[in-house]
Amino acid sequence: MSLLGKLSIDAVPYHEPIVMGTLAGVGIIGLLLVVLLTKFKLWVPLWRDWITSVDHKRLGIMYIVLALVMLIRGFADAIMMRTQLALATNGNAGYLPPEHYDQIFSAHGVIMIIFMAMPFMVGLMNIVVPLQIGARDVAFPFLNNLSFWLTTAGAILINISLGVGEFAKTGWVAYPPLSELTFSPGVGVDYYIWALQLSGLGTLLTGVNFLVTVFKCRTPSMKLMQIPVFTWACTWANILIVASFPILTAALGLLTLDRYLDFHFFTNEGGGNAMMYINLFWAWGHPEVYILILPAFGIFSEIVATFSSKRLFGYTSMIVANGAISVLGFIVWLHHFFTMGSGANVNAFFGVMTMIIAVPTGVKLFNWLFTMYRGRVRITVPIMWTLGFMTTFTIGGMTGVLLAVPGADFVLHNSLFLIAHFHNTIIGGAVFGYLAGFAYWFPKAMGFHLNEKLGKSAFWCWLVGFYVAFMPLYVLGFMGMTRRLNHTDNPAWNIWLYIACVGAFIILAGIVSQLLQLFVSFRDRKQNLDTTGDPWNARTLEWQTSSPPQFYNFAKLPEVHDIDAFMDAKEKGTAYQKLDKYEPIHMPKNTAAGVVIGGALAVMGFALIWHIWWLAAVSLVASIVAFIVRAYDNDVDYYVQPDEIEKIEDAFVKGASEVKA
Amino acid sequence: MSSVSQAIDAHEHHEHHDTGKNTLFGFWLYLMTDCLLFASVFATYAVLYMNTAGGVSGHDIFELDYVAVETAALLLSSITYGFAMIAAHKQNRSATLGWLSITFVLGAIFIGMEVNEFHHLIANGNGPSRSAFLSSFFALVGMHGLHVTAGLIWMAVMMVEVAKRGLGNRTITRLGCLSMFWHFLDVIWICVFTVVYLLGVV
Repeated sequence: MSLLGKLSIDAVPYHEPIVMGTLAGVGIIGLLLVVLLTKFKLWVPLWRDWITSVDHKRLGIMYIVLALVMLIRGFADAIMMRTQLALATNGNAGYLPPEHYDQIFSAHGVIMIIFMAMPFMVGLMNIVVPLQIGARDVAFPFLNNLSFWLTTAGAILINISLGVGEFAKTGWVAYPPLSELTFSPGVGVDYYIWALQLSGLGTLLTGVNFLVTVFKCRTPSMKLMQIPVFTWACTWANILIVASFPILTAALGLLTLDRYLDFHFFTNEGGGNAMMYINLFWAWGHPEVYILILPAFGIFSEIVATFSSKRLFGYTSMIVANGAISVLGFIVWLHHFFTMGSGANVNAFFGVMTMIIAVPTGVKLFNWLFTMYRGRVRITVPIMWTLGFMTTFTIGGMTGVLLAVPGADFVLHNSLFLIAHFHNTIIGGAVFGYLAGFAYWFPKAMGFHLNEKLGKSAFWCWLVGFYVAFMPLYVLGFMGMTRRLNHTDNPAWNIWLYIACVGAFIILAGIVSQLLQLFVSFRDRKQNLDTTGDPWNARTLEWQTSSPPQFYNFAKLPEVHDIDAFMDAKEKGTAYQKLDKYEPIHMPKNTAAGVVIGGALAVMGFALIWHIWWLAAVSLVASIVAFIVRAYDNDVDYYVQPDEIEKIEDAFVKGASEVKA
Repeated sequence: MSSVSQAIDAHEHHEHHDTGKNTLFGFWLYLMTDCLLFASVFATYAVLYMNTAGGVSGHDIFELDYVAVETAALLLSSITYGFAMIAAHKQNRSATLGWLSITFVLGAIFIGMEVNEFHHLIANGNGPSRSAFLSSFFALVGMHGLHVTAGLIWMAVMMVEVAKRGLGNRTITRLGCLSMFWHFLDVIWICVFTVVYLLGVV
């Protein structure tokens, strides 16, 4: 038994030019970052103010940075697949051999769902939720930092798989028996397992943390039915997180036992049952897609109300609809495998339940329409994403109802029609939502505006690119093309594959616009500062703080008398009040424990993937010891003194009132 | 420095009363997620317990007498933990430590007996690789055992804390979390005992 387990120099795919080229690129960017950080002496601030920070706003920004980095990685996979399929027609092999192509589509799915969409959602939730409910931080600030580093640990593992070893070739769902040791003897599935386990644990802790925050840490005068609608949506999503992520943990844990200790849960031999994994996976997987979409619904609700300058239509029905979707989301999982053959009655039940979900979703769409009706809609970037979403998501929802018919599903199962459907809902719903929220809350989080022109350009490229890339897939699905094909030989399909490839490049233009927008806005930030804290004339409490918010959020916990608490205060003239006297504020101290534990568990994951048992044991013990040391530390908080608060508050109220005057 | 720490101490009672309650609520929520983890493995056991692949079934290998002693040790440890909590709330440090020690010993007896049972099964060729039934048996019972082991490590840490720092608010909160954890594992064990062992020998 070698000291390095299965790891050797052969694990590096140096004979693959695409991988090595990517690694070289990543290496150069990394080196550039190191040089820049050293040149501008940013290492200490990076460690002190960000990596060890327990401030929910900074953690939120870090989550979104992670999401954007992984978006680029996941999109690179996407455009490689589309170009491969456009080239590999008429029996041509294309440029990606099957064993590489299989890793690409698996990585694309895992990255986009777990390491792009989830961090983006959690990031927005981190920045906004505590502010919306008038809290000074989340209930467990250290746990919040730990969650971030666990998610990052998973992301690091999946990125290492690019250069050391391989990633899973099983698709993002890793169905057994394909994902069992017999058929996937390499380390790819192990990378998949440990990346998902670590980030899943992070997500679970986030769910617990934010539920306690929303239920226990609201400003005392805010009633349950005065919580802003985005926070409500996130709360439903968090309920889904705590109810569904344990199932993923279990499913992956059992698969781990099969692969590492020769158990027989899902194997072909020994009485194993592969369908059990598939059931467990989707008992998590279906709620997971609602975890992604519900916060996006919340974002659209905030944006529609703000930019229509009207109260949201049907606040209560919005929250009830979210709740209905959450509950129904748990009794539809079987529609992912109608073809399992569970019989007509079972399939009919799950089919009908799936269709019923369209009802509360329809309620929400009408609520948004009625909010805009007779409002004066200001056409800004966030509202453009919202309008794009409402049309696109409706189409995706309807193709979903179509797939919910078991008879139709037997024809369309695992075809490109399905691929088109879920991209239609996830891009047109969740991603548009996060990008809308990004544009909406960016000035709040960063203190300066985003460039409007480039934002609109990004929107149009994404919207047009989406239709050009995915509508052809509906057609191809009807023509019988299945998913995960490496090359094709059917002249009737060619034209649609070419069009889809063009669409991917239009989306690329959208992503480039977005990056340019970030660059240009940062460069011109001095001219575009937001000194008011309320750039959109918005309605909820997060806009009552300065931009970026004071680290303690609120000098005095806000009084809430209305659903739109801040609009209510502005109308009564009680917003922006200067107090005569401030109380000391109780705040948590930064801590290195989160990054130490996350780092140790990342090493443990890597060691387990490569069967380096001694290192796995050492790093597991290290993480436990670090946790106990942290738990023993009673010196975890401090008080901000009134004179410091007064200085910060005076500067903000002065800045805000100058602009208003 | 001393004036700062005094200021913090002065506030401690009021502030930490609330955060302690939040911690207990948060930990309870975490336990509910743990409950779902067990539920998933219970479901897997229910699906697979008849898949013996020509090997032994529960009827052949379960010894109820042995498991009854194991169960008694664990159930008794819940009561003794309850006494530890009563002592802790009375600020009686030595009684708390005494009851925690008894709880620890009972938990260790449970784990020792379980390890012995596993060893016995594996030595007779009835290890988890033998069949899907045995895989799910070892996973379900073993996962509970791992939880109890984690609880024992936690309890050892708590005993050091109580001995060194006494019974401050934060320590009481931590003892309260461990208390919920320990009773929760008891409830899970009752389900394991019923679903796996009792229904297994019927």
